[in-house]
Amino acid sequence: MPMSASKPGRPHTVYFFGTCLVDLFYPEAGLAGMELLSREGLKVVFPQKQTCCGQPARNNGHPEEARAVARLQLDAFPGDWPIVVPSGSCAGMMKLHYPELFVGDPDHARAVAFSARVFELTQFLVDVLDVKLADKGRPVTVTWHPSCHSQREMGVLDQPKALLRQLANVTLVENPRETECCGFGGTFSVKQPEISAAMVADKVASIEQTGAAQVVSGDCGCLMNITGAAGKSRKAVTGRHIAEFLLERCHGGS
Amino acid sequence: MEALKSDFGGKAHVALNDPKLRANFRRAMDGLMAKRAAQFPDAEEWKTLRARGAAVRARALARLPELLEQLEAKLTANGVIVHWAETTAEANAVVLDILKAAGVKRVIKGKSMVTEEMHLNAHLEANGIRAVESDLGEYIIQLAGQAPSHIVMPCIHMNKAEIAELFADKIEGQTYTENVDELTAAARRVLRDRFADADAGISGVNFAVAETGTLVLIENEGNGRLSTTLPPLHIAVTGIEKVLEKLEDVAPLLSLLPRSATGQVVTTYVNMISHPRQPGEKDGPKAVHLVLLDNGRSKVYGDVELADTLRCIRCAACMNHCPVYTRVGGHTYTFTYPGPIGKILTPQLEGLDCAGDQPHASTLCGACAEVCPVQIPIPDLLARLRTEAVSPTSLAVKGGGSGRSLSESLGWGGWAALYSSPRVYRLSARLLGLFGNWMPAWLPMLRQWTSVRTKPKFAAKSLHQLARERGYSHDER
Repeated sequence: MPMSASKPGRPHTVYFFGTCLVDLFYPEAGLAGMELLSREGLKVVFPQKQTCCGQPARNNGHPEEARAVARLQLDAFPGDWPIVVPSGSCAGMMKLHYPELFVGDPDHARAVAFSARVFELTQFLVDVLDVKLADKGRPVTVTWHPSCHSQREMGVLDQPKALLRQLANVTLVENPRETECCGFGGTFSVKQPEISAAMVADKVASIEQTGAAQVVSGDCGCLMNITGAAGKSRKAVTGRHIAEFLLERCHGGS
Repeated sequence: MEALKSDFGGKAHVALNDPKLRANFRRAMDGLMAKRAAQFPDAEEWKTLRARGAAVRARALARLPELLEQLEAKLTANGVIVHWAETTAEANAVVLDILKAAGVKRVIKGKSMVTEEMHLNAHLEANGIRAVESDLGEYIIQLAGQAPSHIVMPCIHMNKAEIAELFADKIEGQTYTENVDELTAAARRVLRDRFADADAGISGVNFAVAETGTLVLIENEGNGRLSTTLPPLHIAVTGIEKVLEKLEDVAPLLSLLPRSATGQVVTTYVNMISHPRQPGEKDGPKAVHLVLLDNGRSKVYGDVELADTLRCIRCAACMNHCPVYTRVGGHTYTFTYPGPIGKILTPQLEGLDCAGDQPHASTLCGACAEVCPVQIPIPDLLARLRTEAVSPTSLAVKGGGSGRSLSESLGWGGWAALYSSPRVYRLSARLLGLFGNWMPAWLPMLRQWTSVRTKPKFAAKSLHQLARERGYSHDER
């Protein structure tokens, strides 16, 4: 089935790349993402061979190790279906950095073709599927946190907000410091723990100031950081992955 | 000069626990970000303009060696004396020799980050020459005995009250006031005399135009113009990367630099210096010198990817928008250039053995690259330098390989083995689901994580398991 990333038609089958963080810590977010796709009539394929996009190694200066892991993903998603990812950060790694990671490698062409098929989940739901959501949940106020890589690498800016705005009983309040990094940065959070702590404390405070009951994000790394810091400091900020949040609203949960 | 070593974590600890410093930076950077944003309301115009800025700089760098020769020839023909210095020590010696030959005792300085890089003032002072900074911010930190904490606004780490106290303490006859106009007037009073009695002026350079042999210097206070016109001798100092091919290349950069830096449409002064005083002219220095400093730049130039670092026009937008810089301030970076540009430039100039922690002091959030007017891919270069620190691929980076450690390579080797084998990964995921939450919080990494966060909870079943149970196809093709 021919698919091009620039002008995608509506496919009948998609791959789902769960990401390692979702796999181990937030599987419900992954399942929700897959269900959001299946209820649009798509066949969702979850290759059991998949592991991690390889970003941690690449970002820590170990491209060789990153390549070894990335190569497994090239093998795990051999078809030409779109690859939908419930994380802007992992999607950014696969879309932007796979081609450069495989420069001079026999798998370069495969990596380029792979990267062209990568979509962040909300981007796919809005730009490709044009989904329409019916809200069955109770009234709630939320704010949005974009991960740095979703906004700056994937260019995902309005899609998640457009989805949240479709929900009749959800009020989306803007965080004036929305675009500022939460301080996660993968290993940055443990290599520079004090700077990371200062950043996430400010992020939690800015979310609190919006008055929203919940922060919704498309990246579990940010969520783990933000809700972890809020929890430790006993702040009322709770967080949700957007896939889980959207699906619950459609099912009538809060 | 003793060899400096970066201690980012240690200095950040001090800065993070200084509420006044943090408030000063937060307020200042918020203001600068808002001002810049107001200058680029049209995303399309911004895209076009920065692409042009990047292209101008890239075109100049592509021909850097020949443009430098052309610049030297043009300047020489114009009557400007050109000097080359490979190291900061050489550059300091060149400047000192020129000053000594002219019998100079008193120097007035315009703002110049390259002379900060050289620690020129200290060198001159050690040789009996007094150099007074005339840019207000530079003057303030010179009085305070400090280094700049920002490349455009050197005293941005201080607030009004601190400056008021400093002036009352250091300027004769000055009483404590937080009135900004009065503070400025006090500095101006002192500096007027220093301009008048200076035997020489030293300045930096924003752009050096090869085509015409023109040194472009932009500033807001008029101190740059005074420093370069009033004294009989002017010495301009610059890094070799500041060359532009043509005079018309200045225009796009002038429309990017002040808007990106301070949110100004244009600076108050744009100086273009092409020659010393000509017969019949009533002012201007009788002699003009240009010192071109390498200090590792030609090494940076030798690597096609890292050479993008040299495109920088020193607008400081990257630091103004950096969530790390905003919280730790400029002095945390130890060396002359702070912020994201410093994190890529310093390890290349000083060596990864001296500043290897700097490329890691970033979340790779990309806020810097988003606002860079010459499109330097800072996050990519940070990642590249992280690689150079552990497995050098280029001779361009001093101290490459110095970050290698056995635990680190074993760790990443193990990581790759785990994640590149589906079977090992699935087994590990299952074990982590069963026993992972028993991991004690004092384990390395978990300890740092849980210092301010709750322990992450492994799910009982992985998405792999759940997807299988829910009957999702795993037919790969």
